[in-house]
Amino acid sequence: MIHTISVLVRNEAGVLSRISDLFSGRGYNIESLTVAPTLDTDFSRVTIVTNGDDKVIEQITKQLNRLIPTIKVMDLPVEDAIEREFIMCKVCAKDEHRSEILRIAEIFNAKIIDVTHRSYTLQALGDERQIKSLIELLRPIGIRELVRSGKVVISRENQFQNIKNI
Amino acid sequence: MTTTEEKSTLMTGAQILLECLKKEGVDEVFGYPGGSILNLYDALYECKEIKHYLVRHEQAAIHAAEGYARVSGKPGVAFVTSGPGACNAITGIANAYYDAYPIVVFTGQVSMNLIGNDAFQEADIVGITRSCCKHNYLVKDVKQLAHVIKEAFHIATTGKPGPVVVDLPKNILTSKADFEWPEKVKLPGYNPTYEGHPKQISRALKLLCNAKKPVIISGGGVLHAGAKEVLEDFAQKLHIPVTNTLMGIGTFNPTSSLSLGMMGMHGGYAANLSVSECDVLCAIGTRFSDRITGNLKKFAPDAEVIHIDIDPCSISKSVRVDIPIVGDAKNVLSAMVNEFDAEHYDINIEEKSKWLQLIAERKKVEPKLSANSGMLNPINVIHKIYDITKDMDAIITTEVGQHQMWTAQLYKFDKPRKFVTSGGLGTMGFGFPAAIGAGIAMKDKVVIDIAGDGSFQMNIQELATCVDYNIPVIVAVINNGWLGMVRQWQERIFHKHYSQTKISSPDYVKVAEAYGALGFRVEKEDDIEPVLKEAISSRKPVIIDFRVEPFEMVYPWVLAGESLHNVLLSNDCPTNKN
Repeated sequence: MIHTISVLVRNEAGVLSRISDLFSGRGYNIESLTVAPTLDTDFSRVTIVTNGDDKVIEQITKQLNRLIPTIKVMDLPVEDAIEREFIMCKVCAKDEHRSEILRIAEIFNAKIIDVTHRSYTLQALGDERQIKSLIELLRPIGIRELVRSGKVVISRENQFQNIKNI
Repeated sequence: MTTTEEKSTLMTGAQILLECLKKEGVDEVFGYPGGSILNLYDALYECKEIKHYLVRHEQAAIHAAEGYARVSGKPGVAFVTSGPGACNAITGIANAYYDAYPIVVFTGQVSMNLIGNDAFQEADIVGITRSCCKHNYLVKDVKQLAHVIKEAFHIATTGKPGPVVVDLPKNILTSKADFEWPEKVKLPGYNPTYEGHPKQISRALKLLCNAKKPVIISGGGVLHAGAKEVLEDFAQKLHIPVTNTLMGIGTFNPTSSLSLGMMGMHGGYAANLSVSECDVLCAIGTRFSDRITGNLKKFAPDAEVIHIDIDPCSISKSVRVDIPIVGDAKNVLSAMVNEFDAEHYDINIEEKSKWLQLIAERKKVEPKLSANSGMLNPINVIHKIYDITKDMDAIITTEVGQHQMWTAQLYKFDKPRKFVTSGGLGTMGFGFPAAIGAGIAMKDKVVIDIAGDGSFQMNIQELATCVDYNIPVIVAVINNGWLGMVRQWQERIFHKHYSQTKISSPDYVKVAEAYGALGFRVEKEDDIEPVLKEAISSRKPVIIDFRVEPFEMVYPWVLAGESLHNVLLSNDCPTNKN
């Protein structure tokens, strides 16, 4: 099972190594990891995409909590989270493919941010499914380079939280 | 004028550090000087309140600090220099981490401007120790030093205790700041849970009351919480037998009819069978190490499991748990006793009595001696050491191997903090420096390191430390000429291929004399008592070389990966694969 774990940590030297060392030392997987300061720059948000059964995920969240600079750990279920990933993708643009690439870009709301006679560079933003579909559509055309930001998530506000029995 | 007055209150980082130690009540430290930490030693030269013990190897400084912590309950403190000094300390730090004892290690570091330049004696000790300590710090600003030290001691001693490393660049030790001792620590991400959840406690209590065949496992957490008395009270009220882990030795009176003794790989027959067959298992302050569970899939298969631990990570890590309770063992057990006293639950006494009768029968099953060549038997030596020292309130440390397991099995520790051994990391060479630390913490006590000839040679250089400060540690070398525990595995599992396990020893009597200690050799059983008594009354460092039967085995034995109920009692016992 893929899980997205959001960790709020004190923004201090070495905190990222503490987290990544924990994953490597205990044999947990990291699919992607992003880190940046929060609104309050004393803290950073680390978003980790990992996989494992329930027991492993429970241990991961507990072990993350045990780190001294960790303030809060959230294992966000898909339905309670809004997730996005940003990619930049350099695609071979031979004459016969140029219009096809533009069409795909349009469908996914992707922007052309660089263009040459031989290539288009696209930027795109989306959830896991959208990004995956976009990459799979571009793959046969010829992806020369792909850069992914890794996933970030934010919790979804519940618009019904004050209304009961509906 | 005001400027000079202000200046006079400024202190160097090294002086601030020593002031902080005084504030924390530290008056004895262990260590070894070197280039990057010289400024600290210079400040120490002027400091009358803190006594420093100079060891002969940094590993020993950390083990001594841990030994000190284990018997006194106070955090142990060690100073080592950068690079090799800090690297030598790592085994000690890891040992304290796995057995959860509070130590604070101050490591020297090259100056901030040299960090990352591969400077002389530079090592990224914060990076290296990250996975083997509870927390670590690189101090980058002398103004933060007092805060860091306050936090370090707080983290080391609270929750599940453990080692904390504070890395001190040379320029931090020399730069100056005002000394201000923080009254409180601010660690928003660190709030250990001490009180168990009341509903969970109540559920667990009712489950134990109704149980027909319950067992309690008492681990090192019971020792840390000081919960021996309340555990004994609880077990007696509910008629529940108690077994202990290696780390939990001394947390339950071993002579009580409810005591099952130690469980695990070399635990007792009755203990391991009871855990395998119980219907409710209440584990307190243990992390369910593979050395106590055996094959996890077959561990306590019919039991509902209650797990009380201060560290949430221990719960459901290896053994599935039905009622988890995160909290301090003493608080949780006290809450159970209070509820029991108030509610007078029925305890299913008839079934529990039957269970205790069965256990009483099983406790009679004892392993046989394996070898009988007429030489001194190591098991008899340890029996004898117990008989002679049992009323002396002695502290016993061990190294790692056969002698360790025999000591754990045979020496009846009826108090916590009297048995000092390396459990989680299994560090050969731990026992002797730990005994030195214990001897320093408890100056009037008899301290005996029951050692193997292999282990003792790993830190034998500490004889010089022991003699310098006249710490009356008795090293009882159970000298069988082999790395006995490994040899035992080779005998049973590797078809007697004794690969690299025959090990020679120097003449320990001469070694003792050369260092200025007393040395004895014992080859006959009749000599054990007079020699040991002479050693104890000498109040000097002593080595006793017990020349023992080489092929004696540690039984009971549950082979690694086997289910806990497959207890082997002798060489003749078939390996039961069921």
